Amino acid sequence: MSSTDFTWLIGGPQGSGVESGANIFSRVCAEMGYQIFGKREFYSNIKGEHSYFTVRIADKKIHSNVNDVNLMASFDAETIFRHYDEVVSGGGIIYDSDLEETKTDAVHTLDAPFKERLHKELESKNKPFTIAGVLEIAKEKGVLLYPVSFKSILLTLSEETENPRLKGLIRMYNVIGVSLSLGIVKMPPDSLQKTIDNIFSKKPEIAKINQQTATYSYNYAAAKFENFAHTLPGTEKEPGTLLVQGFQGTALGKMVCGCRFQPYYPITPASDESVYLESNEILEITGDRPGSTAVIQTEDEICAIGMTIGGALTGTRSATCTSGPGFALMTEMLGWAGMNEVPVVITAYQRSGPSTGLPTRHGQDDLLFTVFAGHGDFPKIVYASGEIEESFYDTGNCFNYADVFQVPVIHMMDKFHASSVITCKRFDPEKITIDRGLLLDKVEDGYRRFEFTEDGISPRSRLGMDNGIFWNTGDESDETGHITEDPIMRVKMMDKRMSRLELILERIPTEEQVVSYGIEEYTIISWGSTIGPVKDAIDMLKKEGISIGLLQLKLMHPFPAEHVSSLLKDAKTIIDVEANHSGQLGKLFKQNTGRSVDYSILKYSGRAMTSTEVYDTLKKIVENKAEKREVLMHGA
Amino acid sequence: MALKPAEFKTEVHNDWCPGCGDFGIVNAIQMALADMGAQRDKTAIFSGIGCSGKTSHYINTYGVHTLHGRVLTFAQGAKIANPEMTVVAVGGDGDGLGIGAGHFVAAGRRNVNMTYIIFDNGVYGLTKGQASPTLKLGEKTKSLPSPNTNSNVNPIGLAIASGFTFVARGYSYDIRHLKDLIVQAVNHPGLSFLDVLQPCPTYNDLNTRDWYAGADLMDEAQKRHSRIYKLEETGYEPTVHYDSEVEINEKLAQALIKSLEWGNKIPTGVFYKNENTTPYTVRLQDKIPNYLENSPAKQNISKDGHSNTDISKILDSLEV
Repeated sequence: MSSTDFTWLIGGPQGSGVESGANIFSRVCAEMGYQIFGKREFYSNIKGEHSYFTVRIADKKIHSNVNDVNLMASFDAETIFRHYDEVVSGGGIIYDSDLEETKTDAVHTLDAPFKERLHKELESKNKPFTIAGVLEIAKEKGVLLYPVSFKSILLTLSEETENPRLKGLIRMYNVIGVSLSLGIVKMPPDSLQKTIDNIFSKKPEIAKINQQTATYSYNYAAAKFENFAHTLPGTEKEPGTLLVQGFQGTALGKMVCGCRFQPYYPITPASDESVYLESNEILEITGDRPGSTAVIQTEDEICAIGMTIGGALTGTRSATCTSGPGFALMTEMLGWAGMNEVPVVITAYQRSGPSTGLPTRHGQDDLLFTVFAGHGDFPKIVYASGEIEESFYDTGNCFNYADVFQVPVIHMMDKFHASSVITCKRFDPEKITIDRGLLLDKVEDGYRRFEFTEDGISPRSRLGMDNGIFWNTGDESDETGHITEDPIMRVKMMDKRMSRLELILERIPTEEQVVSYGIEEYTIISWGSTIGPVKDAIDMLKKEGISIGLLQLKLMHPFPAEHVSSLLKDAKTIIDVEANHSGQLGKLFKQNTGRSVDYSILKYSGRAMTSTEVYDTLKKIVENKAEKREVLMHGA
Repeated sequence: MALKPAEFKTEVHNDWCPGCGDFGIVNAIQMALADMGAQRDKTAIFSGIGCSGKTSHYINTYGVHTLHGRVLTFAQGAKIANPEMTVVAVGGDGDGLGIGAGHFVAAGRRNVNMTYIIFDNGVYGLTKGQASPTLKLGEKTKSLPSPNTNSNVNPIGLAIASGFTFVARGYSYDIRHLKDLIVQAVNHPGLSFLDVLQPCPTYNDLNTRDWYAGADLMDEAQKRHSRIYKLEETGYEPTVHYDSEVEINEKLAQALIKSLEWGNKIPTGVFYKNENTTPYTVRLQDKIPNYLENSPAKQNISKDGHSNTDISKILDSLEV
């Protein structure tokens, strides 16, 4: 039984430092030995709209968020209106006491549908449409209220430190919120100071102001608010623990496995990965001069994939990174890469579609699209990572698959990954192998790029190699790569390329294709980031004596139908869990295995699943009270 | 040893229409490669889609026949990853200035050290003669059901406005002159653009070889007056010598005005040339000091099947 399982939420207008506040808090907790699972939610907006960060803290490995919030730090009214009802009995709400009389109508960023729901709730409980109104509901539920005048804190601080600037420095509100929270839970204060010093190490002036503010606020809360049930005194730190952001898994994987060229076009939530790669573009190479990743911002995603293919033709490990709308633009070129047997990796951080959809929100909407992307038949691989830690190692695998099978590889990630902050075991670069397949270093005369071979894979030259001249074309071609319309050559070439799909299923180790966490009477099939909440929900049920199996699908295309079917032969009830409307994995599963899933647990509100809601729904299924299609809704 | 033009030819059957202007261009490219002493396996021809797209199959170097409108994207990617390659991209005017116009403009901003040749004939040949972006408003070539309802793009003007640092025009029936222009373009340290006027004998019955030769412009003595003339023979000076705003603006303005000349007098030759603008490779080198000597294509990424990249400092900074 876990002794610590605590969820903290901070919210505020976009641009007010919610994210940096959450980073400080997460870092402090991780420094003190806790495991972290944090997730950021934000609008497609630069400044002003509501954003929030939920950080779950535990003393054992966790894979997801839960519904309940134990402590909420707010410094604006909107956060309280939107999240007061998530805080559970015995939990607490830190709020700015100057906001108590603020009316819902005064918060212009509260959208109409939300406001309507809120008013209905307040009306039913006979409360005024104000902060005081919602706080009363919370209080009646057993939530502790921590009123703090943020303005007065700054005023006092400014007098004590004789720094008149501090008085109006409202961008310190986030640090105040974080420090008050840490004071309330009695986190040892030196970890807070150390973290602030770390974060602002290059800006000593700013570090000082933050330090003063943090210390003052921490002491203020520690002295004044003593009745909180939860404390976070720290726990034994697991050595070799990283605190990583979701996009760092694939980015670091790319550095390690030798991706040296990444053209990209900006798109949420994928660009963070490219920007991070560029920020670390110079690479240390053991026993050699420095290496580098050329990260090129292009004019659109078509150019991004075109350049990536051009780079790959030179023998460079090349990749691009995009999201659904960008991938849509790339599909013509994907076929060209398939036709010309060019190894490229497309890291696809999915978001909620269709069209622009919910551009900053989560969704696993693009499984069927990527599997079927491109006109005509050509071989490709679609590979999906479950958790962030996996994505580091999977990136290495994706580049090997691309090189060995000479096909484009789409590495599926998503927004839930991209905007999560988690603790995990330090990545081990030694576990990543580099297999470049039949890439040549030299060749004699008479080379033919698309030579027919026994297994259908031809030795691959690269642009600029002596004697390695080849031709490529998007037309059907002969072995040299020149255009042909000969019907017999056409059939041979199609068969050569498409035989790759069988080969992929044969040669990729089955444990890289599918991961079984045990098969039970009730067994879940799932993929991508949803694996995290599913794992935690299964753990919760196990504690109640209910065993649920789980099969994580990673190789989505070509689909390992036989292997999956045989693994699932003893599972009587199959439950598909994924974050889209139509149950895309369920469809793919049926198409390939002929078997239908019995239940679908789906979520397409744009918010990632929590383990709580997966747990609740699984329980309903086991108790035979569930619908065939259950739709999850949690999350503001 | 320098190769002969014939050694840059492949044995692939050339299926362009008899009399097609494309033949002159492919010959000029082969002559230029021989002239420059290009190495076959250090040279890559990238091509788009359409009749001109087949060019890469006729030249005996690396040849990459890409997609409609996208040739510049592939070519720039290859050149950035392997800056030692000589890269020439070719395509039609529909390819480069219609579907690919966005890439054309963006390429100008990058100034990657390579050459782009547009086969400019005013029609979409391979789809049977629709109007292409360089056909003038109101013109009706023979397979158009009605006169063209769009104004034309000015390829030279667009290249100048986009930032190409070498902008020239050739004529496919003046192969020697075209060859010289190609040599200059390839040797130019930056992105060079060549607009090549190329009569389509099958679908463009307006801008024919005779029309360019001025068959309709005979004087009283029955002497033809070719529409095509060479800028260099008129004392036109395209080169920016000093990296000063005044001179650059003057040369840009001059080139832009010249690019508007059309009708009875059509200029060919170099319109604009500026070697002072940093090529993209140099811009990359400013960020990555050993980019040129240790380019993406050259980098060694593994030892005994394992990575040689050491990310331990980054991991240390992420460790709590």
